Amino acid sequence: MARTKIVLAGEGGQGVQSVAKILVEAGYEAGKQVLYIPNFGVEQRGGVSIAFCQIADETIGEPRFSKGNIVIMLSDRAIDRCAAYVDENTVVVYDTSVCTKKPEVKCKEIIGVDANKIANEQLSARVFNIIILGVLLAATNVLKLEDIKNAMEMALGKKFEAKPELRDLNYRALEMGMGMVGKAEAV
Amino acid sequence: MVNKLIKEDTKMFLTGNEVLAYAANSAEAEFMYGYPITPQNEIMHTWCKLLPKTGAGFLQTEDEISAGFSTIGGILAGKRAFTATAGPGNVIMQDAQSMAEMMRIPFVCAVMQRGGPSTATVIYAQQETRLTCFGGNGEGFRIVYSTAGHQDLYDYMIKAFNTAWKYRFPTYVLADGYQGKMREPVVLYDPASRGISMVPTEKYLLADGEIGIDRKSAHLRNTYNMEDELMEVLEGYKTDYEKMSEEVQEWEEYKADDAEILVIAHGIVARSARTAIDELREKGIKAGLFRPVTVRPLAVKPLREAVQRAKRILFTESANGQLAQMVLEKLYGLNTPYDTLFKMGVGVTGDDIVNKVEEMAKCSLEVSPL
Amino acid sequence: MSEILTLPPNLPKAQNAEVGASKFCPGCGHGITLKALAQAVDELGIKQKTVFGCDIGCSLLAWNYMDLDTVQTHHGRTTPVIYGFTRANPDAIGIAYMGDGGGLAIGAQHLVNATVRGERLMIVVVNNTNYGMTGGQMSPTTMPGQKTETTPYGRDCSVTGKPAKAAEMVASIADKEKSFVARSSVSNVIKLKSTFVKGLKNVQNGGFSFVEVLSICPLNWRTNNVDTFARLQQMEEFFEVKEFLAPVS
Repeated sequence: MARTKIVLAGEGGQGVQSVAKILVEAGYEAGKQVLYIPNFGVEQRGGVSIAFCQIADETIGEPRFSKGNIVIMLSDRAIDRCAAYVDENTVVVYDTSVCTKKPEVKCKEIIGVDANKIANEQLSARVFNIIILGVLLAATNVLKLEDIKNAMEMALGKKFEAKPELRDLNYRALEMGMGMVGKAEAV
Repeated sequence: MVNKLIKEDTKMFLTGNEVLAYAANSAEAEFMYGYPITPQNEIMHTWCKLLPKTGAGFLQTEDEISAGFSTIGGILAGKRAFTATAGPGNVIMQDAQSMAEMMRIPFVCAVMQRGGPSTATVIYAQQETRLTCFGGNGEGFRIVYSTAGHQDLYDYMIKAFNTAWKYRFPTYVLADGYQGKMREPVVLYDPASRGISMVPTEKYLLADGEIGIDRKSAHLRNTYNMEDELMEVLEGYKTDYEKMSEEVQEWEEYKADDAEILVIAHGIVARSARTAIDELREKGIKAGLFRPVTVRPLAVKPLREAVQRAKRILFTESANGQLAQMVLEKLYGLNTPYDTLFKMGVGVTGDDIVNKVEEMAKCSLEVSPL
Repeated sequence: MSEILTLPPNLPKAQNAEVGASKFCPGCGHGITLKALAQAVDELGIKQKTVFGCDIGCSLLAWNYMDLDTVQTHHGRTTPVIYGFTRANPDAIGIAYMGDGGGLAIGAQHLVNATVRGERLMIVVVNNTNYGMTGGQMSPTTMPGQKTETTPYGRDCSVTGKPAKAAEMVASIADKEKSFVARSSVSNVIKLKSTFVKGLKNVQNGGFSFVEVLSICPLNWRTNNVDTFARLQQMEEFFEVKEFLAPVS
């Protein structure tokens, strides 16, 4: 049964929910079954922000799941908060340039990326989350780059029209992110 | 009259709160009264955003007490009016809900359950099940649809208006924070395309005709002087409620025919149970699901039949057995043993249920593998 | 003599002739107030489009007193029921009728917010300085030194604060261009009626009206006729009887 369960966690303001929305929107437009729960708290900003996403070929049953296939941790607090969603079949991704520690979990694979550093040094701090989207796209490998680009257009189209260079910047961020996992398939 | 926005089948990728606002519009709801409380806010947000197109009405009140009572006011004016709330808001809105129950006012409310008691979390729970069914100083003459996803939210929100106006009992869509905030695909449709026509509304006050010529003035009250007078009224309600129960009760069974372990769950926990049951069946354990869709009134006969067929029962809820308590009362006389998996204010996952049922299957000598 | 006794009662059309003997206590101010209100409705010819809401407390006994479409609500909740109605049916003239407890204690948030929003209705708070129906407890408007069941030695304002002045409060937060705010008294029925007429006219014009009526409660006050009206006079000295706001028409 093809169902990919994704947990995406970071600090409020890192753009976690925006990335999740683009991802599931892309899945929806591509005709997949998708389900997305933002883990929201009493704070509008601040606190750990978690997105639970599922992308599947068949109807999705449980809205919340116990263990993710991919768990992305973008801060120390996210590491602490999300260890519970990891088991031996999970691929864990964390940002080495934000986190001060490595997740200590038993899992299938741990991938460290330095998205924050690269965003700041080579692109723009604002596209940090888009790099992560690229990482996610490559690591899950269930959606096509084209699907994501369409969904980005839906989410950010107005901004892109006002400033066309933003589109280019976001695409570069996306591709850099995909490159970080190493098995990216640019379609 | 309001303008309906959904004229043909439209597949959309929405949050549950958005779905509810669209559903209310498709049901030709004319007015929403509400007060902000997470996790139901986006019902109001969406409703307000759509107002220029729908031509409907909205009032943001000073609290949930007023949201409940002004909804009643709108209904007395003959409008298909509704409100939505959650948690502590549902608690203080019971004041209005019990008046609606006593006065047979077709009050429609979406309850997006959050963690409790008190303020607790704004996220998710099934801890308002008992409150929604039996809140207030009364007998729970209410109809409560517990939904398990976005298609349910759309279908039952439309149905809630018709049930309320047909039977004149307060009617609820009981969902939760996950359903409110989660995003999944849903097919919106014009109810007429499914053969659903909206039950006409009626003015309780300022009805057509002149007082003293065509009709007498209406005097609606909820206060009674004599205890016998009250009981006579309530006996009438009880008779109506029991008669109606057979017509409105809804349930869903999933692989329950030959189930040896029957999971009883409602709302999205029932949805997790379906995932678990598929996995358990693959592992050779005959599990099945009984999901009350109307948690009030319960479909007692099919429930008892399903329980009688099974060897063991598992109650699972994101609460400490609020549904179980209501169900067990209806299972009086049966001796099927039961287990529980209760997670207060936390989502129950498929894995949780698989693990629990596997444990039950191991422990129980009576349960034979496939 | 017998001819006089069989004269039909001179009831306003907006009063329910079928109700029979009033359920209010002998000497109660509600009967006077409701009659003045019914006369005002008659004078404006708005009977067919008026909705009358009454509260819990003695005001609930008005549930069939008027020949108007009526709803009796919960304690303090008449205001939201009636503005809920008039929001849904803007042609209706809404009257929310309650006591000082319903208006100023348990329903105070509705009074404040309905005033601020300029809801299109007339709120009538009948102020008899105590909770009558529940047996005469202290209310927000109980006079300094007044004995009630919960202030058996007299209201001590150093403990309870001073009496609430509803009309002043409402006037201070209401939209001056759209609001009619007055305090009247059952001691002057003609003035009371004309005050209601002004209030209802203002609602007809799309405005918000608030009328506080100083009223009497001989049963709980344990006063005879003379003392009852003497106390009402004291109340009129404490609570200024006047129009606080009246939109220029």
